[in-house]
Amino acid sequence: MFKPLLSAPHVVQRGEVKPAAAWAYRAFAVLIALAAGGVFLASLGYNPFRVYASMLMGALGTPGMQRETVKLTIPLAMASLGVLLAFKMRFWNIGAEGQFALGAVAASYFANFQPQLPPALLISLMAASAVVLAGLWGLVPAWFKTRFGTNETLFTLMLNYIVLYIITYLREGPWRDPAGGFAATPRFPRQARLPELHFPSIGNVHIGLIVMLLAVVLVYLYLRYTKQGYEIAVVGQNERTARYAGMPVKRIVLRTMFLSAGICGLAGMMQVAGPDRQLTDAVAGGRGFTAVSVVWLARLSPLGSLAVAFLFSVMQKGCSMMQTEFRIPASMSDILQGIVLFFVLGAEFFLQYSIRRRREVPA
Amino acid sequence: MKQSRCFRFIALSLLLALLAGGLAPAASAEVTSAFKPVPVEELKVGMVLIGSQDDGFSGAHYNGLEGMKTALGLKDEQVLYKFNVPETAECDSALRELVDAGCQIIFGNSWGFMNFMEEIAEEYPEVIFSHCSGYKNNGVNFNNYFGRIYQARYLAGIAAGMKTQTNKIGYVAAWADNAEVNGGINAFALGVQSVNPDAVVYVKYISSWFDPTLEKQTAVALLALDCDVIAQHVDTSMPQVAAQEAGKFGCGYNTDMTPAAPDAHLTAPIWHWASVYTAQVQDVVDGTWVPENYFLGLKEGMVDISPLSKNVAPGTAEKIEEARARILSGEWDVFTGPISSNAGELVVKEGEALADADITGGLMTNLLIKGVEVK
Repeated sequence: MFKPLLSAPHVVQRGEVKPAAAWAYRAFAVLIALAAGGVFLASLGYNPFRVYASMLMGALGTPGMQRETVKLTIPLAMASLGVLLAFKMRFWNIGAEGQFALGAVAASYFANFQPQLPPALLISLMAASAVVLAGLWGLVPAWFKTRFGTNETLFTLMLNYIVLYIITYLREGPWRDPAGGFAATPRFPRQARLPELHFPSIGNVHIGLIVMLLAVVLVYLYLRYTKQGYEIAVVGQNERTARYAGMPVKRIVLRTMFLSAGICGLAGMMQVAGPDRQLTDAVAGGRGFTAVSVVWLARLSPLGSLAVAFLFSVMQKGCSMMQTEFRIPASMSDILQGIVLFFVLGAEFFLQYSIRRRREVPA
Repeated sequence: MKQSRCFRFIALSLLLALLAGGLAPAASAEVTSAFKPVPVEELKVGMVLIGSQDDGFSGAHYNGLEGMKTALGLKDEQVLYKFNVPETAECDSALRELVDAGCQIIFGNSWGFMNFMEEIAEEYPEVIFSHCSGYKNNGVNFNNYFGRIYQARYLAGIAAGMKTQTNKIGYVAAWADNAEVNGGINAFALGVQSVNPDAVVYVKYISSWFDPTLEKQTAVALLALDCDVIAQHVDTSMPQVAAQEAGKFGCGYNTDMTPAAPDAHLTAPIWHWASVYTAQVQDVVDGTWVPENYFLGLKEGMVDISPLSKNVAPGTAEKIEEARARILSGEWDVFTGPISSNAGELVVKEGEALADADITGGLMTNLLIKGVEVK
């Protein structure tokens, strides 16, 4: 038998970690992250406790800030739900960014070119077209995967850039607002904007909040209690098993990807018709990619995704306040967010794997 | 055309407002403000910036508002900044935060903030919203301010025209089909031609305000076309760095870029935003703020060029002072005819001068003058 001379470390899969221990692990990771971030802040000459306090205050300190944090959570949580469906099937949809933006494009068409329609019909058409167009866009990599076995990670990733350039083209060309100045698409007319609901505690938030909360519940029920949801789980765990059980794997992949991309598209429609009110190439603003981290940290749980999306939004909002109050450059707050993510994702890794040295392995 | 109609409408409404002010009874000779005075210690000023204090454009605004803070003796916590705000819902969110924080006046420094500011101004009539670089004004609590930076560009053009040996000057520009950008190119080229009629200006648009890598690459490409002076209408000093690395020269923008390229930089058109910020905030304190637009120039100290560096050609200072005196006299401005387009069409007749509406929009949107070539 070959015997290694060096005791090279290697990674082995860990057995089941008890939930309580797992949560302790994660809490510990967050603490270490905050400590590491604190050292970083202190090295720049800031008092880390004051900075963290201002982050928290900036995200949740006043009803207005709570409202803005909620408004950030809506599109992120919604996009995460879309990503989650595909990930459950182990279909690595990294194209949420583009699907989100394409949903916004579809909605913008009706908002800007069919504003004479009755408002209820207009909003419904905007939503439906966003789901369908983004869904069809998602079908492209799914079809290539089922037909030719292409790598969906790269495929969906590259489709993102195409959508961004479609928006640039529309903005500079056919959809350019004739009102002048720099190239921009027109502002949405009032009737094409999402209605707002008044919450006594935090003020007005667009109805996307309700849609998003409903979607969390529906995706949870869909995955947990329906036949289709079960099929997704089986295909995700082992495609061969699914085939052996007589499941139409290709159809399941296509259907699930349509849903996944469609939900991302709806998220885009809600963002453009809610707070943005105008189509820009920054409509997705990286949410499609952040959603991947959200879903991963939430361990593919819909409710968990909502919670993690909320925490991400708190962090984003908090970092913006940190910049205002301490005039810390934006790149610093990016680094801080990176540190937190690094440790928390690291904890997830160590919950599943451990590193051993070869010597410990019995001969 | 629609654009110029829009400007005409604004010009008309401004005219009407002026007339209304002028025709008001003698007892209230001044246009009265709808806003009550604010004690200095209760004052809060907010600003939404597209960039950070470290980039050229937003950095100049930041310095301007800091200058206002010093002039009025405000404390740090009375001036609130939102940095790196994109032109999306995040702008709306940042504005709301500043309203919540109790700001009486909120500035925004990017074109794309205009509609967000217009809409939120309607929602909070008691707060003043002041937008830089746009053209809208709601006649109540929303105005805009900008400056005749083209005057400073003309002066910088003189320095470039005196310096060039190859008679080819490169210009790294942000966006095509835009009056602010093309107006800058044209004014610069007119300055160049005033001292060097044979020189041409090569323009490359990069479709971005802020892209350090692309800005530098574009400057390098222009240098490869035999340009020996690089001017710019983008936010970072990278084009100047590229000129220095090639042993050539350049004119920056926004702030004095001599420290970034000490052996290359000649002079830069710069903004003195402090004047407009101090004036407006002082009006808020005094309860005299009215929704008028600011479009100030060299005369009012809103724009200028940075001190000439050691790299300028001999005689540059004299030529620039001559031109400056002509502009300050008020009898002549940069866009006084005859001016021909680079397609050979006479666009401004001898003895005529362009109206402001055709400088901030209208004609300027698609105009490039003779001697300017897009590469």
